[in-house]
Amino acid sequence: MGYVPVKGGTEAIDASIKRLKYERLKGNETIEIQTIMSTMRGMIDQVMSESSLYSPFLAALAIKQAEGSMEEAVFLMRAHRSTLPRPYYSKTVEPETMLVERRISASFKDIPGGQLLGATYDYTHRLLDFDLINESSESIQRWLQNYQTELQQVDAFDEVKYFPKVVDYLRDEGLFENHQEDNTVPKDITKQSLQFPSTRSERLQVMTRGQTGAVTSLGYASLRGYGQVHPTVGEVRVGAVPIYVGHPNEMEQNTEDEFYIGEITVTEVESFVPTQVKNANNEYELQFEIGYGICYGQNETKAIAMSILDQCLEHPESNFPTHDEEFVLLHIDSVESTGFISHLKLPHYVTFQSKLDSVRQVKKEVQEVEN
Amino acid sequence: MKTDTHFAFFDEGSKKEIRRAIIKAVAIPGYQVPFASREMPIARGWGTGGLQITLSIIGKSDVLKVIDQGADESVNAVSIKKLVHDTTGVELTEQTEEASLIQSRHRIPEVALTKDQIIVLQVPMPEPLRPVEASELKTKTMHAENDYSGAWLMLFEQIMKYGKTATAADHPVYVNDRYVMAPSPIPRFDNSKLHESEALILLGAGREKKIYAVPPYTNVESLAFDDYPFTVEAFEDKHCHICNSTDVFLDELIDPQTGETIHQCNDTSFCMDQLNKKVEEEAQKSYV
Repeated sequence: MGYVPVKGGTEAIDASIKRLKYERLKGNETIEIQTIMSTMRGMIDQVMSESSLYSPFLAALAIKQAEGSMEEAVFLMRAHRSTLPRPYYSKTVEPETMLVERRISASFKDIPGGQLLGATYDYTHRLLDFDLINESSESIQRWLQNYQTELQQVDAFDEVKYFPKVVDYLRDEGLFENHQEDNTVPKDITKQSLQFPSTRSERLQVMTRGQTGAVTSLGYASLRGYGQVHPTVGEVRVGAVPIYVGHPNEMEQNTEDEFYIGEITVTEVESFVPTQVKNANNEYELQFEIGYGICYGQNETKAIAMSILDQCLEHPESNFPTHDEEFVLLHIDSVESTGFISHLKLPHYVTFQSKLDSVRQVKKEVQEVEN
Repeated sequence: MKTDTHFAFFDEGSKKEIRRAIIKAVAIPGYQVPFASREMPIARGWGTGGLQITLSIIGKSDVLKVIDQGADESVNAVSIKKLVHDTTGVELTEQTEEASLIQSRHRIPEVALTKDQIIVLQVPMPEPLRPVEASELKTKTMHAENDYSGAWLMLFEQIMKYGKTATAADHPVYVNDRYVMAPSPIPRFDNSKLHESEALILLGAGREKKIYAVPPYTNVESLAFDDYPFTVEAFEDKHCHICNSTDVFLDELIDPQTGETIHQCNDTSFCMDQLNKKVEEEAQKSYV
């Protein structure tokens, strides 16, 4: 018979997981996935965006499982994403084909196509609505019916209307340079780890899946003083864009043969940033450049902040940390930052013992010298 | 909707991709090979680099041991073991000798490893030059140019400030006389075990997306100056209060009864082995 030391790890973990389940269930209430999907739009959009997996259903499931913890829900989705095969890349999405639900410009009052407020919290007064405490399904029904009736009185367009980009209007005026389209196949940061200096396609991928808070904070820091980008929002648009994939076997790709596989709702931002350029006579001239931001769902703050950071990273010559691609790109991922911060909870007995030894040895040396 | 996971969690394509990075790492000892690190069901910083290596090389006949800071029963070791076991069904062990694959955080077992074993170390910060240079692009260039003045200067500054080098765990090493490598936060006590190791040593950093390796029988030297030689953690006159072992890495504890400082083997399975040997010896004697 051998000696058996005290063992506890396995049992402790089991008990902890059980307790966690108890915490989720103890109120004796459950929330339907469908309920989360229809009432937690903002949260679902944020989870999908940060986890870079577009599935409202799975996001709702993750939110339920994570008891509403954003970092945990994103983590669940990312881990699930790792297990999914990726047989296709979509065709380039043209945001001009967006079915626009909301579209505004801070640069011009009269933009071609007009401003479209759509659904936004921007003009709500942030007062707690105590009526929501007792919202009944009858009152919801009634409200919806009224809304439908009101809508019928609105004159609708006969055909689907697409909105031109605000920037096109400025291009026509010569205020923006007409760049050649860069159709280099983007690098996939989930297939090849990010290497520096990075390409713009890599930067945009990292930023669009960045943690909303982190992207917003860094964008804000740049805007407030730690950066050299002062943009005007040329256009914010929210709406659904169609996704197509090419025929997997046909050698000759033809748009006619492409498959429509669904649509995703995105927020797209183009910020106009004045920059100094030297012209042919070696004189400084002001010109506009575009900062680009896009993310899954409706998350305008993140998309605008991303457009600022995109422009910052296009100008690495500036000394501010917001212009340093390693500083920005390596620290905004939710799973990475929350993971490494939380790893500090792991035991560090050995490393601490080693540190202790080092400090003691140095102290001993000092004492010996003093004596 | 209930789905089963693939053997060892990853799809075969992902495993192949990670194995390619491992092969490259073995071919260039001490060089950090970038790889497309996956998000895992455990948190970044909690051993995802090691776990990805383990999952991509594990086979059905492997026997797995997982330790965290020397202990098999540490909660995170248990959690990793459970995940690998649930997705592979491989045999688990706490005996270092029995394991064909050992995943460890911050320790190399006291029992010498053999050529039939692979040890996978979890790495938080794979870049030994990070304390002197924040930029990845620059440190990568430094490695390429064999410019390790920063690492030397760090040690030199410690000597100037404290009269001796004051590194704790993760003391940098020279691998195969070429690359300076972070050995992961193993205590300095374990650094010598990397040198001419019979077992293949693989190191994985999931969050930093790097894999590197020390192939068997590779020259590994801890960075030190001739007049300030490399020293390990000192446990002079100390022994394990359970099994009486000396010359092992010891944890420092406080005896709850007496309030005195006592020491105990950090490698829990080694400690248990020593005790079992003693029990057996005594049993043998009583039969004679």
